[in-house]
Amino acid sequence: MISAGIDIGSRTIKLVTIKENEIVTSEVRPNSYNTIEICREMLTGVAYDSITSTGYGRHLFSRHFECNVISEIKAFTLGAYHMVPDCKTILDIGGQDTKAIAVDNDGKISKFEMNDKCAAGTGKFLEIMSNALEFTMEEFISAASGAEHAEKINSMCTVFAESEVISLIGRGALRDEVSLGIHNAIVKRSVSMLKRVSIRDNVVFVGGVANNACVRKLIEKEIGTTLFVPENPQTIGALGCALHQMKAGIPN
Amino acid sequence: MAEDYRQMWTDLGLDLPTHDALLDAVSQMYGDVYLSQKNRPKGMEYFDFVISEVHGLRIKELVDAKKEGKKVIGSFCVFVPEEIILALDCISVGLCAGAEFAFEEAEKLIPRNTCDLIKSAFGFKLAKVCPYLEASDLVVGENTCDGKKKSYEQMSTIMDNLYVMDIPQMKSDSGKSLLKEEYKKFILTLEKLTGKKVTPENLKKGIETVNNKRKAMNRIYSLRNANPAPISGLDALLMNQVFFYDNPVRFTDSVNKIADELEGRIKEKNGVSPENSARILVAGCPMALPNWKVPHIIENSNAVIVGEELCTGERGHHILTGENGSTVDDLVNNIVDRYFQIHCAVFTPNPDRLKRIKEMYKEYNAEGVVDYNLQFCQPYQVEGGIVESELEKAGIPVLRISTDYSSEDQGQIQTRLEAFIERIKG
Repeated sequence: MISAGIDIGSRTIKLVTIKENEIVTSEVRPNSYNTIEICREMLTGVAYDSITSTGYGRHLFSRHFECNVISEIKAFTLGAYHMVPDCKTILDIGGQDTKAIAVDNDGKISKFEMNDKCAAGTGKFLEIMSNALEFTMEEFISAASGAEHAEKINSMCTVFAESEVISLIGRGALRDEVSLGIHNAIVKRSVSMLKRVSIRDNVVFVGGVANNACVRKLIEKEIGTTLFVPENPQTIGALGCALHQMKAGIPN
Repeated sequence: MAEDYRQMWTDLGLDLPTHDALLDAVSQMYGDVYLSQKNRPKGMEYFDFVISEVHGLRIKELVDAKKEGKKVIGSFCVFVPEEIILALDCISVGLCAGAEFAFEEAEKLIPRNTCDLIKSAFGFKLAKVCPYLEASDLVVGENTCDGKKKSYEQMSTIMDNLYVMDIPQMKSDSGKSLLKEEYKKFILTLEKLTGKKVTPENLKKGIETVNNKRKAMNRIYSLRNANPAPISGLDALLMNQVFFYDNPVRFTDSVNKIADELEGRIKEKNGVSPENSARILVAGCPMALPNWKVPHIIENSNAVIVGEELCTGERGHHILTGENGSTVDDLVNNIVDRYFQIHCAVFTPNPDRLKRIKEMYKEYNAEGVVDYNLQFCQPYQVEGGIVESELEKAGIPVLRISTDYSSEDQGQIQTRLEAFIERIKG
């Protein structure tokens, strides 16, 4: 029996298939205006018996495919707990959402926080800021990692932060230091969300932004503990779906 | 049908094209949110009718009553005593509005960071779309939160019939005396307006009428602990919303009929949602008609609302007014005793509200509490923090939702609710 999980995020779509807890396939593709077509392409040629969806496109998917549906919070909890069985706290920073989840001793959600409609401090925020600095994402991360001082970014609103960045550059600030300032801003926001659910070891960091080494390092410094970042942190939600599907069975 | 009322609306000074747009929007929403529900109690047809005639038949009743010399008293708060209004043979109507309407106009008078409940009252006035407001002979404001009390200063620049009542902020003896003084002043104001006098007889009658309406609602609430839930939270909310402006006797009869029907449904285990639906208690800010956003999302996420700790909920009718007394003063004391128990978050401290939420959680067999508040509503937002931490300490799961009348955050609210329900259900 092969179970699949699909996480339809605002920036990317992730598909994972598993057989008896082992990952068989794993794929990430950019999302676009034609979400369902992309999903269909991704599923073509992939062997699976049944599927669970999550992500902001989860209900859209369920109108086109027979599937179970779970929230991203549950999906990331299942996936992270599977990868790090003694995980107690999860931070997920995705394209348009940030979530902090407290997990009880049985791997169940005990409390969670999520940003509201504003995308401040998410992956999209970082993308827009690196564009404003005319950096690729890799350059942006390494510039921030290499900076010794940070400029202070006061605004967490993507629109205002972008103009703040441009005016800082206009005043002669160093691009590296601005980059670090932007990273600090997103870290500050994520850590405050983590604190609201309380931080207990082990802390697992997932979602696309977990690939960002500078964000990882800054959060670790801020919370004083090591973050566990599973391999392919972006696909943990899709993995959680596949795990859910394995347990839930084929929907009626 | 709507055509019949156009002259009446024009006479009331409504802006017809804008008003048409509002009615179309409400009717569309009602279809999507209410008529799409499955297995509703048959008695809810009365409320379908009320909504279809929300600016029609009921307004005609008001206009006809005014022709006979009756006065219409509009208010924005559960602290305005309907008993007194009815004693003087006036008609009481609620004026709170629950739709994003003419906010740009409203924001010329009040700051952008004013809660949507207040903004909407201004919007409805400025856009000339609320026949209840236009039909009111007296509009009663009240000093509850800072947002409202300062906004009434601006409101008085666009209305010549606004009367503002003071409301205490602490549950102390002096607070209670203040409330009594204010109610006595309110009696004098209405006596002057109507040329009539409050007597022990008419006040007693007023108390009885309002109590009957409350008792009918309390009957519905006493049945909501059943599993499966015999009525949706959306339908219960609608009854609460209509509570504020319908003819009280007709309303009472209609609600009692629904209560009879629900008793039958409970015996047959005939519910509006499956037995395993997550049972949610909603607490917090009022949800004025047609603000159905959060309940609609909740009840479309494998959950059912089993109780509302809201002004448009139990807070509006749970407590009855004492009917014993032989003088006006005795009866006014009963009224003061009753209203002084309302656990509005404008009171500080407000431990009884927390206590009541915990009791309701048990009484209604709830499994989680959604603390609903409107952005920029300081009293409920600040108190929400206390509610959350105290309830979680008592092992009660809480989800706090801070939102407004817009629809742009529906996706995020839905995700958070689904995760909350997954948390409740393990």
